[in-house]
Amino acid sequence: MLLAVVETRKIFGGTTHLERVFFYLLALVVLVVFFVGLGLRVKKYMAGRPLDAGRFRRARVPLEKPGVSAPIPLTQTGVDIAANRTVSRRNHAVGGAHLLLFWGFLGLLAATIIVGLDYDVYGNLTRIFGGKELSFFKGWFYLAYNAVFDTAGLAAIVGAVLLAVRRIRDSKSSVELDYTRAQKPKSGYSRAAMTAGDHLFIFGLIFILATGILLQGLRIDAAGFPSFERWTWLGYLVAAGFGALGLHGSTAVTAHFWLWWVHILTALAFVAYLPFSKALHMISAPANLMVRDPGNTRRLPPPPPGHAGYLDFSDFTSKELLGFDACTKCGRCHSVCPARTGGAPLSPRDLILDLRQYADRKRGIPMVLDWEERPDQSGPKNLEGRLAGEVIEPATLWSCTTCMACVEICPVGIEHVPTIVSLRRSLVDAGEMDPTLQAALENIATQGNSFGKSSRMRARWTKGLEAPIPDARKEEVEYLWFLGDFASFDERLQEISRMLARVLTSNGISFGILYEDERNAGNDVRRAGEEGLFEMLVEKNMEAFSKASFQKIFTTDPHSFNTLRNEYPAYGLDKPVMHYSELLASLISQGRVSLSGLGKKVTYHDPCYLGRYNRVFDAPRSVITSAGCDLVEMPRNRTNSFCCGAGGGRIWMDDSVLEERPSHNRIREAAELDVGYFVVACPKDYAMFSDAVKSTGNEGRMKVVDIVELFAEASGELALAGSAPEEAPES
Amino acid sequence: MKIVVAMRQIADLVEELEVDASGADIDREFVKFVSNEWDEAALEEALCLKEAHGGEVVVVGVDDVDFDQTLFGALAKGADRAVKLSCGFEGWMPTAVRAEILARWLKDEAFDLVLTGVQAADDLDGQLAGVLGARLGLPHAAVVVGLEPDGEGFKVTQELGGGVTLTSHATGPLVLGIQAARQAPRYVPISRIRQAMSAGGIEEVEVEAPPARAPRVTRLFAPEAKGRAEMLGDKPSEVAARILELIRAKGVGVS
Amino acid sequence: MAENDVVVIAERVVGGHPDVTFELLGKAKEIASALGGEVHCLVVGDSEGHECLGASDHLHLVEGEHLWPYNPHAWESAVSALLSELKPRLVLASTGTVGIDLCGALAAQSGAMLASYVVDLSLEGSSLVAVAQLYGGKLMAECDLGEGPAFVTAIPGSFAGLAARVDGVADPIAHGHEGAEVRMRHVALTEPEKTGVDITSEEVLVSVGRGIGGQSNIELAQELAEVLGAGLSASRPVIDQGWLPKAHQVGKSGKKVKPKVYLALGISGAPEHLEGMRQAELIIACNTDATAPIFEVAHYGTTADLFDLVPEILDLIGG
Ligand SMILES: Cc1cc2nc3c(=O)[nH]c(=O)nc-3n(C[C@H](O)[C@H](O)[C@H](O)COP(=O)(O)OP(=O)(O)OC[C@H]3O[C@@H](n4cnc5c(N)ncnc54)[C@H](O)[C@@H]3O)c2cc1C
Ligand code: SF4
Ligand code: SF4
Repeated sequence: MLLAVVETRKIFGGTTHLERVFFYLLALVVLVVFFVGLGLRVKKYMAGRPLDAGRFRRARVPLEKPGVSAPIPLTQTGVDIAANRTVSRRNHAVGGAHLLLFWGFLGLLAATIIVGLDYDVYGNLTRIFGGKELSFFKGWFYLAYNAVFDTAGLAAIVGAVLLAVRRIRDSKSSVELDYTRAQKPKSGYSRAAMTAGDHLFIFGLIFILATGILLQGLRIDAAGFPSFERWTWLGYLVAAGFGALGLHGSTAVTAHFWLWWVHILTALAFVAYLPFSKALHMISAPANLMVRDPGNTRRLPPPPPGHAGYLDFSDFTSKELLGFDACTKCGRCHSVCPARTGGAPLSPRDLILDLRQYADRKRGIPMVLDWEERPDQSGPKNLEGRLAGEVIEPATLWSCTTCMACVEICPVGIEHVPTIVSLRRSLVDAGEMDPTLQAALENIATQGNSFGKSSRMRARWTKGLEAPIPDARKEEVEYLWFLGDFASFDERLQEISRMLARVLTSNGISFGILYEDERNAGNDVRRAGEEGLFEMLVEKNMEAFSKASFQKIFTTDPHSFNTLRNEYPAYGLDKPVMHYSELLASLISQGRVSLSGLGKKVTYHDPCYLGRYNRVFDAPRSVITSAGCDLVEMPRNRTNSFCCGAGGGRIWMDDSVLEERPSHNRIREAAELDVGYFVVACPKDYAMFSDAVKSTGNEGRMKVVDIVELFAEASGELALAGSAPEEAPES
Repeated sequence: MKIVVAMRQIADLVEELEVDASGADIDREFVKFVSNEWDEAALEEALCLKEAHGGEVVVVGVDDVDFDQTLFGALAKGADRAVKLSCGFEGWMPTAVRAEILARWLKDEAFDLVLTGVQAADDLDGQLAGVLGARLGLPHAAVVVGLEPDGEGFKVTQELGGGVTLTSHATGPLVLGIQAARQAPRYVPISRIRQAMSAGGIEEVEVEAPPARAPRVTRLFAPEAKGRAEMLGDKPSEVAARILELIRAKGVGVS
Repeated sequence: MAENDVVVIAERVVGGHPDVTFELLGKAKEIASALGGEVHCLVVGDSEGHECLGASDHLHLVEGEHLWPYNPHAWESAVSALLSELKPRLVLASTGTVGIDLCGALAAQSGAMLASYVVDLSLEGSSLVAVAQLYGGKLMAECDLGEGPAFVTAIPGSFAGLAARVDGVADPIAHGHEGAEVRMRHVALTEPEKTGVDITSEEVLVSVGRGIGGQSNIELAQELAEVLGAGLSASRPVIDQGWLPKAHQVGKSGKKVKPKVYLALGISGAPEHLEGMRQAELIIACNTDATAPIFEVAHYGTTADLFDLVPEILDLIGG
């Protein structure tokens, strides 16, 4: 074989000039459709409020943590995208398959671009200007190209097939893949087109990938297996398969011709379809990840100028609109949402899909498939109706506990919570709310606490303490203790507050309280959508802070902790804010206390606002383990902790409509662990779970205790308040 | 239709009320004052009427601690005017005095309805609607739970106790003591109150506090504090008899 | 002598004369005898069924078509006319709708003193001294009504006076009344419907908690509520179990109630529950657990079993 072989192949699969013209015209049309579609979407985003509208008041937060209170650096986002980290989270199988498809597809995209550059650009340029059509698609480059991109093709198709198999196999059993709405429109609805869109997307991809590989095989087969094509290893294998089936010569040539057209036409169709379908996420998802800022949930953006809350399309930020388009209906938020789990008419996924449909309809952007149908003009089809109240039902908006589980898990970086709160603000502005929420807000507005007690009763719980607690307004202290309403006013929790006071006093911590000047910190008020009241509370508390002298703040309540730590700095708070679990843990780590082993078998519940929101995971655990307890982790722990159902103002609303209260769900989860104690680090949790333990019939088997109770008992000074359940397994 | 709503402040019952040095009044220095809850119902009813039938809602009251708050709240909720009658009166104002001040102001106003709360927690010398009605020589009714314009006048529904309600037709103007509005008083977001505050808009009118006859309080005192429940034992028959006695002593209808 | 007489306004608007009228008559007799005067009872509108008002020395019947059913404007004019004839020292009514409608206005017209929310009344020297319950029952005010004419509206149940239910009235005195100036006319009188549940407007509530045990026992509580003329309310678990509809729930996530009597059966008294009923005037708790927190807020308590107690009460009322 001394004949000079040029390692290359013919690019264009057609034969006649007419076919060539047809191909180019079609490609042109497809590109126009693609870019017009994309353009429509970009214009939609631009019609939103500017991107940085949500980054208002970015004041420095003491102890900023990237990805928590500070924006995620772009380099990290780049790595997240490249490694599909957000997709793999808590689901490595799907993540792995997606990663194969992702990189395989990118590879094939690169391959297509290279061929296009060679054939359409380099080739044409050289023909027109040099008189002779040249190509670099040959020789070693050709061999390497094939070797690399065949691998990519295989990766893509394996990934796609795995994803398709999972989609079909789990379509009945998986909550994530179940498109049933959480909020059921009266008129009924159909999401059949959405399922069809999913199937078209994944099976279309598989079809295009498969025909591409088959084409390679047919070409190599038709060309009589040139040996250099061994580099095109996948094509060569397929060709060998064809050969074995007896497909040779002109039959292979004809088959190649027709398959080429089929492949090209479906591929072009796919490109045109992309901006109007689920495939859009290939562009919108990475774009959205780049602008995501989970700090937006921890530190809510203010309302749009001139509006109390979101009223219409133009109130959405560009970022929100982009986010709506990025949703892949992966259903992860849907599956973790405590509201949805409890049977409330809210699913973060449905909310995003409804808002996307609403925005698209408003802008007249069509969606092919991937679209919900209803017989009437309700919900997202109600373009003239009120955004909060008609497009999205009030009950949907009020169901959110602001637990942030959705934001945490969304693989494309959508921030549901700020959007929900922005919509709630409109409801509050219209005075539309649960009567019990209204009463709580009125109490907070007049008395400064949700209990409707006189603010002068705030420090009543300190009665009965041997050592009075210093008044931080009158004497200098190191720590200012911010209790929050529950720890101050709830009878069950006052005992725990006293216990914490005793523990701190006996360990020589210098701390004080604000007495009657402390007001509800406003975290939940703000999340319920009452921005004006929140601001008023901030003013009152800041005024109280300014009267006091202290170096640091610690809170009992994780909700207060969140707002003081993340939101108050914008209003001038410049002191570090800690949670009491951190304070107790530091006592232990500094060796200031010695704890004796309690030998209790316990589990621990991560409060949303302590864990997910502020990433305090280890401090409470170190208190528990240092107290010699055997900590059995909840199946859903740390960032995956499941909300007790009290957040975002839900504690003031009626939850009897729920099929299962989140707190009951959580206690049932703990009951499986065979532990005697359910340890909490949040006053609201104490109230919620004490009730849930009773209601689920676990009284006597499991007891809710606060970490400070463990600490106090283990430090030997104080006995555990109340008696332990008698049958509690002590291991 | 022009509706005047007479509102007032009252010591917040959430607070622990203390008796001042005179022994005959609460210690007003330290107690918080809030809007009378029944007056809020009256305001709500007025606003609902206005929304349903058009008209004007004017809120008026004698100035008191934090009364501006109440007036701004009313404006934020949708009242058209808010009027504060200042007379420099301090302390416990008898209903008769309040009625006289309001009557003098009202004589220059044309109105179809005066709505006020059915009662206030300290109106020792009578509830405002009746006293004001008599002073103005107008028909009046208390414990009103329903109100609807009807031809030339109004249909007024009163609660007579035991769930019996009475509906009468009355030609206005009328003075009514509202027990409950057709809906719970609306929530007004703080931002709206702040807007109302920055817009100002409270009309202040100087008035004179007239003298009036009212009972002279000689002693104000807390009823005997109750501690833990008094246990009635556990013998069902004896306990049952005691319970019935206790209920009957409250003067509520036991058949 | 008229200026030592005491007038009681009978506040009957439907059915028989209410208990409070007899309580007032009892008090009226006491004050009148101290003053050396007589007791007049005014019955407006319907003149039937007044034999039980025998405790009064004089029974006045004011008749007129426009006076029945109750008409605030007409009654005011009729009573006003009669009082200007009788010129009594003291007029007694209750803090019910009729008393509130009439007394404030009549006192203002005649320039008499008025004390409302009165729970005790006595004659000291020649002055009338009243004790009124103010600030939602948080404070009591002792006040001097002076030596002139006075009106007193009393909180029902304050004067133990059922003994004044005496049959046999000496010749009632009939009066007429012209309704020409009356600007109110009757439209409708509605008896309570038993459909809409409004536990906040009940004077007495029988409230059940998880201790009731099950749906089937709700009937027992329902029966008790009926014979007591009370509403039926519940703690959250009872609602959650579906034993009673949501409208019956008392507490943080239910309704806040302030009845005169709250009878808690099998309720432990969790803070969320107490938040909704603490302000009841009289709380009676039945709970087998003597350490249940409900006893911290209850005025009276019993550790009897509710299933023993309730039938006993039913027996007592039935028998
Ligand atoms: C956010 C939130 C909101 C809530 N809102 C409300 C609310 O609005 N209203 C509300 O009620 N709860 C509410 N709860 C629930 C509250 O925490 C308690 O769980 C609930 O009030 C307990 O109801 P209970 O007293 O009926 O039941 P339990 O606490 O179980 O008490 C039953 C009692 O019955 C007694 N008992 C049993 N058998 C008998 C018998 N035969 N005779 C006499 N006594 C007997 C027992 O000794 C026991 O004390 C709320 C909880 C949370 C966390
Ligand atoms: S924040 Fe929590 S409750 Fe709200 S939508 Fe997200 S997951 Fe659901
Ligand atoms: S919002 Fe995010 S998590 Fe929820 S379905 Fe869409 S992509 Fe998935």
